Amino acid sequence: MTSTLTPPAVSRPPEGGKRKRRRPFFGKNPLGLLFSAPYLVFVILVFAYPLVYSVWISFHDFFFAAPGAQVDRPFVGLENYITAFSDPAVIRSFGNVGIFLLINVPLTVVLSLLLASALNKVTHFRAFLRVSFYVPYLTASVAVVAVWLFLFNGNGIVNQVLGPLAPSPSWLVNEHWAMPSIALFVTWKQLGFYILLYLAALQAVPQELYESASTDGAGAVRSFFSVTVPGVRPATVLVLLVSTVTGANLFTEPYLLTGGGGPNGASASPVLIMYQDGLQQGHPDTAAAIGVVLVIVVLGIAWLQNRFAGGND
Amino acid sequence: MQRRTVIGASVLLTAALALSACSGGATTSSTAKHGPITIWYSNNEQEVAWGKQMVSAWNATHPKEQVKGQEIPAGKSSEEVIGAAIAAGNAPCLIYNTAPAAVGQFEKQGGLVDLSKISGGAAYIEARSGKVADQYKNAAGDYFQMPWKSNPVVIFYNKDMFTKAGLDPENPKLSTYADFIDTSKKLVAAGVSKVAIQPAPTSEFFQTQFDFYPLYAAATNGKQIVQDNKSTFANQAGYDVADFWQTMYKDKLSSPEQYTGDSFAAGNSAMAIVGPWAVSVYKDVNWGSVPVPTKNGTPANKTWTFSDAKNIGLYSACKAQGTAWDVLKFSTSKAQDQKLLELTGQMPLRKDLQTTYASYFEKNPTYKAFGDQASRTVEVPPGPNTVEMLQAFRDAWTKTVVTGSGDVKSALNAAASKIDTIAKQK
Repeated sequence: MTSTLTPPAVSRPPEGGKRKRRRPFFGKNPLGLLFSAPYLVFVILVFAYPLVYSVWISFHDFFFAAPGAQVDRPFVGLENYITAFSDPAVIRSFGNVGIFLLINVPLTVVLSLLLASALNKVTHFRAFLRVSFYVPYLTASVAVVAVWLFLFNGNGIVNQVLGPLAPSPSWLVNEHWAMPSIALFVTWKQLGFYILLYLAALQAVPQELYESASTDGAGAVRSFFSVTVPGVRPATVLVLLVSTVTGANLFTEPYLLTGGGGPNGASASPVLIMYQDGLQQGHPDTAAAIGVVLVIVVLGIAWLQNRFAGGND
Repeated sequence: MQRRTVIGASVLLTAALALSACSGGATTSSTAKHGPITIWYSNNEQEVAWGKQMVSAWNATHPKEQVKGQEIPAGKSSEEVIGAAIAAGNAPCLIYNTAPAAVGQFEKQGGLVDLSKISGGAAYIEARSGKVADQYKNAAGDYFQMPWKSNPVVIFYNKDMFTKAGLDPENPKLSTYADFIDTSKKLVAAGVSKVAIQPAPTSEFFQTQFDFYPLYAAATNGKQIVQDNKSTFANQAGYDVADFWQTMYKDKLSSPEQYTGDSFAAGNSAMAIVGPWAVSVYKDVNWGSVPVPTKNGTPANKTWTFSDAKNIGLYSACKAQGTAWDVLKFSTSKAQDQKLLELTGQMPLRKDLQTTYASYFEKNPTYKAFGDQASRTVEVPPGPNTVEMLQAFRDAWTKTVVTGSGDVKSALNAAASKIDTIAKQK
């Protein structure tokens, strides 16, 4: 009896060893596209379209007009950029926001990581403490600003505690202290959000690494720098990027806390100047020019952060 | 938070841009068309009460031209909300909260109807407001706003605090700069209040209207800070006003720090620089009022001040402009102006105000001084660059006067030069 084994039919690869497969028009997972479509539409409408339109506005003599109004909007080249950056107030606002970022971003990263690590180890009152740090983030700035005005005015509690060490004029009306005060306020207010990001990242750091470090004789500080810090590096990059982007968009605090970017423009931010130029004074073209430069500067900073803090991730 | 601000602004901007970019032909609605309309009025309690009664009085007799009254939507300021509504093409027919400082921009945007082009429009405005109406014309002499009401700025003082400080509360010495400073020093030295007077020391463009401008108007017998596209304030009168306020800040009689809340109501200051709207706000304060000071003192019946007016705009997006014009006339009639006086205490921009409503002023003597003052008020300069000019002035003011950096003469000269350039922009 002989048996014949018939090899299973194997589809032969096409010549050249590579198989040509037609990609479905909507990709491998068309349902995924459907789910992401609303956000994509949102991004296009709310971010991409205005951004592209802002660039267009910045090269034209433009103002907002009623529908149907006969308006000439000639191309003006770099004129809006020259007008905007010939204004010392605009240049100063970029310097101001630079000071803000230099204080706010490192402070945010360090404090939120330290507090998240501490909160991660807390067993009692964990929920209470997490909510406590998150509440300022949820509270409207308008409400919190009034409290800070009380705290930091000439007769406020901060100056009473400091006594003769209190600056004169007081914090928010002092040219040297206005921007650092705002940076401190924003750091405190936003901290809860970044703590949450770090808390999420900390859950992904394997416990075994801490145990190994402990076995090798590492103490708490050594574990923090050798396990925690590298373990949450992707989160750190995210915190750096988000805090830089939100910081560069600084508006509400100089508008409310220092009464419109005072004193003497020491706390005016580029977005505040854009608001004054574009919405109050009817020059959206120069405001757009400032905005475009701000986007480029922020992208540059973000690239540097990603390059130096992102590692190979 | 800032991210939310930017997202919110982006949504507004996108909507405005999309609508302005995609819109087709011009609004062709004429002033002859009639039908239902929507109006916006201010959101303070008194003006809401006035707005509601005016709308129901109109609606009761015009079933086919019903008016829908709404409070102006919330925003950072009414002007920004109106500007966005113009760009989006959804402004209501009438807005009873149109700031004269913003009218030039709204006109440039194509958002306002030229009331002078309406048959009998200019004549109606001038018959109601008299010579005061001239300040509300644009450079071409046309009315893109209906002068409506003013809040002549005066000095309020707390009589009880004056008494405690040993000052005469019925005849306070506040008419000259020297007297004002001397009285302020006595008030602070007596410890009755932390500061004598607390105008907002902040950098918003409109704050100029409540420190420099009233005193400058008084010092110059009613000169605008910009006339014929040229600044007028870099002169001795302007320097004197700036010197006066700089002394107030330097001597700690006013504070460069913004006060959270109402400084006068809270007893932080013994005086305030306000309009008649304040009468209903300061019910719990035993107050008196005097005109703003001048260098050598000016009799009350000859003192000028800033108007702090709010006017009515008829917006080009309106489909039934005939009805809108009729409602505008109805709401500025003698009867409705009386209601405005009674419900808000604000002064209709009407000639012969005191004689027209003699019985009202007889019954409400506290408003008499405001009624008299209303005939001598100065408005912000007209044109599309008003806000930019006021901001340039404010920047120089906060730097030199509020924080005391540099001398006022150089600061005002530099601001004047900058404003002259701005004024020439189209």
